[in-house]
Amino acid sequence: MPRIPRLQPRWLAAGLVAVLAAAGGLVWLNSGDDPAEVKTRELTLAGAQGPGDAAPVRLDATLYLPEVTPAPAVIVAHGFGGSKQSVDGDARELAQRGFVALAYSARGFGRSEGQISLNSRQHEVADASKLVDWLGEQAEVTQDGDDDPKVGVTGGSYGGSLSLLLAGTDKRVDALAPSITYNDLSQALLPNSATTDDTVPGTPAANAYAADGVFKRSWAGIFFASGAGGGGLADPTVDAVEEGDEDDDIDVPAGNTGTGGTDSGGESGGTDSGTDNGAGSDTGSGTDSDTGGDTGSDSGAANSATAGAGAGQPGGGPSQPGQEAGNPCGKFRPEFCAAYAEVATTGRASQQTVDLLQSVSPMQVTKNITQPTMLVQGEQDTLFGLDQADANARQIAEAGGKVKVVWYTGGHDGGRPGPELRGQIADWFDFHLRGQGSDPGEGLSYAVQGALRVQGAPSVRTVSTGTYPGLNGADATERRSVPVFGPEQTIVNPPGGNPASISSLPGLGSIIGSSSRLVGRVSIDLPGQAAQFQSRPLQSQLLIAGASTVRLRVAAVPGAAPPATEGAVLFAKLYDVSADGTRILPGSAVSPFRIPALPADGSPVEVTVTLPGIVRPIETDRSIALVVSTTDQAYAPATQAAAYRVAVAEGAAVEAPVVSGTRTGNGLPSGPLIGIAIVLGLVVLAAIWGAFRRRRATDLDPGLVDVPLVIEGLSKRYPGGVTAVDDLSFRVEAGQVLGLLGPNGAGKTTSLRMLMGLIQPSGGTIRVFGHKIYSGAPVLSRIGSFVEGAGFLPHLSGQANLELYWAATGRPPDKAHVEEALEIAGLGKAVHRRVRTYSQGMRQRLAIAQAMLGLPDLLVLDEPTNGLDPPQIHQMRAVLRRYASTGRTVVVSSHLLAEVEQTCDHVVVMHQGRLVASGKVEEIVGGSGEATFRVDRPEDAAEVLRAVDGVEGVEVEGNQVHADLDGLPRAEALAKLVGAGVAVEQAGPRRRLEDAFLQLVGEETSR
Amino acid sequence: MTGTNGVHTDEAAIEQLADAAAQEDQGVQPDGSVTGYRAGRTLRLRVELVRQLRRRRVQLMLGFLVLLPWILWAAFEFGTDARDNRSGGFVDLATSSAPNFVVFVLFAVSSFLLPMIVALFFGDTIASEASWSSLKYLLAMPVPRHRLMRQKAIASGLLSFFAIALLPAVALLVGVIFYGAGEAVSPTGDAIPFSDSMMALLFTVLYLAVHLLWVAGLALFLTVSTDAPLGAVGGTVLVAILSSILDQITALEGLRNYLPTHYAFAWSDLISTDIDWSNMAAGAFSAVAYGAFFGLLAARRFRTKDITS
Repeated sequence: MPRIPRLQPRWLAAGLVAVLAAAGGLVWLNSGDDPAEVKTRELTLAGAQGPGDAAPVRLDATLYLPEVTPAPAVIVAHGFGGSKQSVDGDARELAQRGFVALAYSARGFGRSEGQISLNSRQHEVADASKLVDWLGEQAEVTQDGDDDPKVGVTGGSYGGSLSLLLAGTDKRVDALAPSITYNDLSQALLPNSATTDDTVPGTPAANAYAADGVFKRSWAGIFFASGAGGGGLADPTVDAVEEGDEDDDIDVPAGNTGTGGTDSGGESGGTDSGTDNGAGSDTGSGTDSDTGGDTGSDSGAANSATAGAGAGQPGGGPSQPGQEAGNPCGKFRPEFCAAYAEVATTGRASQQTVDLLQSVSPMQVTKNITQPTMLVQGEQDTLFGLDQADANARQIAEAGGKVKVVWYTGGHDGGRPGPELRGQIADWFDFHLRGQGSDPGEGLSYAVQGALRVQGAPSVRTVSTGTYPGLNGADATERRSVPVFGPEQTIVNPPGGNPASISSLPGLGSIIGSSSRLVGRVSIDLPGQAAQFQSRPLQSQLLIAGASTVRLRVAAVPGAAPPATEGAVLFAKLYDVSADGTRILPGSAVSPFRIPALPADGSPVEVTVTLPGIVRPIETDRSIALVVSTTDQAYAPATQAAAYRVAVAEGAAVEAPVVSGTRTGNGLPSGPLIGIAIVLGLVVLAAIWGAFRRRRATDLDPGLVDVPLVIEGLSKRYPGGVTAVDDLSFRVEAGQVLGLLGPNGAGKTTSLRMLMGLIQPSGGTIRVFGHKIYSGAPVLSRIGSFVEGAGFLPHLSGQANLELYWAATGRPPDKAHVEEALEIAGLGKAVHRRVRTYSQGMRQRLAIAQAMLGLPDLLVLDEPTNGLDPPQIHQMRAVLRRYASTGRTVVVSSHLLAEVEQTCDHVVVMHQGRLVASGKVEEIVGGSGEATFRVDRPEDAAEVLRAVDGVEGVEVEGNQVHADLDGLPRAEALAKLVGAGVAVEQAGPRRRLEDAFLQLVGEETSR
Repeated sequence: MTGTNGVHTDEAAIEQLADAAAQEDQGVQPDGSVTGYRAGRTLRLRVELVRQLRRRRVQLMLGFLVLLPWILWAAFEFGTDARDNRSGGFVDLATSSAPNFVVFVLFAVSSFLLPMIVALFFGDTIASEASWSSLKYLLAMPVPRHRLMRQKAIASGLLSFFAIALLPAVALLVGVIFYGAGEAVSPTGDAIPFSDSMMALLFTVLYLAVHLLWVAGLALFLTVSTDAPLGAVGGTVLVAILSSILDQITALEGLRNYLPTHYAFAWSDLISTDIDWSNMAAGAFSAVAYGAFFGLLAARRFRTKDITS
């Protein structure tokens, strides 16, 4: 008993450690630590007074203050159609990382005043410079010098372009991290990926960027609508999948769900009215008025066809001039509104429009950017593809800036940067604004999305290189030639470009992020409109990272040539084709191109087409297919019917860029493996500790090596105060048959169980042949036992049970004496039957035989004759006596006095756990020389006995006379009584204990 | 002298025993044990496996596992033909090839049958000895307690692993016979060559074996805590069911990662051209941690337990 309280805290501690290790490991694997507290301050800041502004516009901003100030500041710009609310999460995260974050609504968005100028340098960029001025006055912001705060700038899409433009115009910006943004807005909205000369920059995702592109109408429309107040679709709101993401990790972050319109009341009403205005209006009228780029005095009426939600007024914002309900330009400055109307209606852009778009593009200032720049671009982005970041990186690197490019799994179609990537952005600022952390380095890292998994998100791994190929003197991108085969094919452009092939579903990614991963599987090419050139199955995996190029030969079909004004509009795309023909369009991306002058006589023109920038592992046995189609749903088609003959140029192949690097992540996840190692280590430690505890010196009393059993002060108390055995002491010598006598519940069985090491004593010791008994003590192998019932495997025969029992002891088979033991059991043919068919007596005999296996030196039998019939009991007594006669020792427990009397030579009497008496059976049962005579005349008999010499203590009790004969044989005393004429009915030893014992037994058994 | 049922002991038998006893002097070793006894030789694995394998329950269980794939095949064969209606789940792909059939069978048994098998082998092992009263005789041999538990656990582990491997093996045989050794096709369209799918299935069996360690640990703890085998087995299965139910409640979000059954199907990541090990690693860690915790708890409980059965 005292052992248990001593042990429990230790075990409890061990258990707690295990639980904590498990829980801690899991927590460590699943989450970071608690976010730091962030204080916010709502502000209205003065922006710039650009051309056309009556006064400096007031900008709605929020300042996020970290726990420790002063700290470097980061300006967080929002995406198109968003507001400061849509970047609340990002700003808060930066503040939690210890930066002063300033989020603001750009002019024309949220509650800020002003009109949208698409990041014009006199307007939006000047606004941002004013914010830098303001930060330079704040005590919470670390300062580089007078009016020069330590400041970084970041933002996605529209905000990313602002980051680049601000950094290029305001040298006070110290670092920037634009994401999913553009280099040249004219190429983003009007791309042309074909060029007749075949010189391509050495960077992996460079695009030809030829003039006179094909209008990306669905994206442009979404863009325009969100600027006009329709909001919602332009920017991704869900996180892109990252390494280690599970399906349930991808959900819409709270607070970021509404992009533009969540804070502008009355927006939905505005949308309705705008739609009403637009219905039935003449689309043609707009084209006349916009070429001059005039202000929008008449465009309100003329351009109503494009009306999205003209009435989308910010709920609490001040009303703007020229923004009455029904104005289809929304908050766009008129020149942009007009430019859009021009392109949207004609599908072509004038030089003026291209100039306008380029004037607000980062390409204007990238040559000035020398600050460390982290360009984050999405691989699922049909709006601003990898080529845009490639151009930015190229231009900044040429100007001497430090550039790191990250391609992640999201984009405008796939989701915004996930937590891991946002952490990397913060790391960028940590290093470049504060000098903290390790150098994030330069070069390129790109995420490779693996196959879709059955459950959860696809697996992602990241490949990194220290240098961006083709930049800063690095080797140009390695390109692998994959020949594609196919005859020259004739494809037709339907009039009006309808029906059209489907490649992507622009804007969908912002609603259901993960579904965009499936979009690549739903692309449709229409028969007769698409030419296909397929490679042979690949011999090894090809990891395409960037924009492949291919040289195509295109010729007009004489008589069906496209009009010279429109040229040939074609769309090239690269499929990943499985062995069974299933096609996947990586990134859902297509490369549109226009060949302006295709000779009408059918003579071919060779062009180098840049295919979309993708990251895609093409597995072994799969192939790639180059498809050239005449239409695409997402682009403005060529309206005139035409037919072309398309072929891959002689000897040309798809030149796929390969960027080798070190693969990080998504190998064997180290965290759980380390956890497993720790747990296994703990188990090994526990095992060693357990073995150490078990190791004990042999506890031997040399004086008792020949004494089969010595019990000293043995007691067993159970919790709750029940004492089963109380201070029991006795000794058994070799060759004895000892009876342990007591009524049921006297503690006999408990004592025997302690003898076998099954129950731990609360106190006292048991020694068998001098060795102390504990659970599993080796000396137990000298004991054969049968305690409280047989224990056999019921599905096995008696013989099999005995054999398996002996096999389990591991002792030599020749020592078992199974045959002899089975003879003792005397079961006959029944030994081959299953034990479950045995009677109680048969099991009992088999169990005693089992106890005798190996001829143990000490045989312990608990109530061995229970359930046996009288002849069997008789046999059993003979067996035990004979067994002891060989010098071995037998301990038998019983609740029957007669049983003990007839079987044993020594007896220990127990009652209620205590020793009552012990000694030789004759002494205990018969007394020493005392005798009892049952006579007809007790008084006379007493007289006769008293007269005999030496006889003492003569008592009369009823018709019995007791006397201590003191050496006088009972027969002589009997002869004297008979001689005196006393009729003796019965003569025998006096049973002093019998009455008392029977009383005890009666007590207990009547319970 | 005739006893009942012909049960009696001859006088000659008694003399025979006495003679043997008289002639044989049992030697004694320094640690007090009889000559020939070594703790490390008690209850050897072979003996324990024989003891277990002769049980009708174990034989029926293994027989059922052999039969199950045939039953499923018959169900597909005689049920309504849904082969033209493949919507993409593993069930619909089950009959497309042998590996797919195996994957389907494993999907069908992963959540309930496999934990039950492991719970049966581990939960029954010591509690059944206690219920037969044979435990005390094993301990009195003596088989040291830690060794008894270890040998029992290893034997149960071997039987469990055999059962877990037997089912896919038979399913593969059935699949090859009726559906051919084709490619494994995942619901996402990934096609894995037959040879690769064999590797995937091998790893699946290994992962399942590791994942079910938590069941083994819990069942071991319950089997030393109770004398009722049914209680230990049923209790373990109940916990597995409860955990599966809780895992369905998506509102628990991240907490579900701590449920022992959360990663029960992580092996399905193996049916892919680009294997992601992260879930399987997390599942293995979770299972090892739970298994070790309950296993140590069981060892602790059994070390000091009073055997009263």
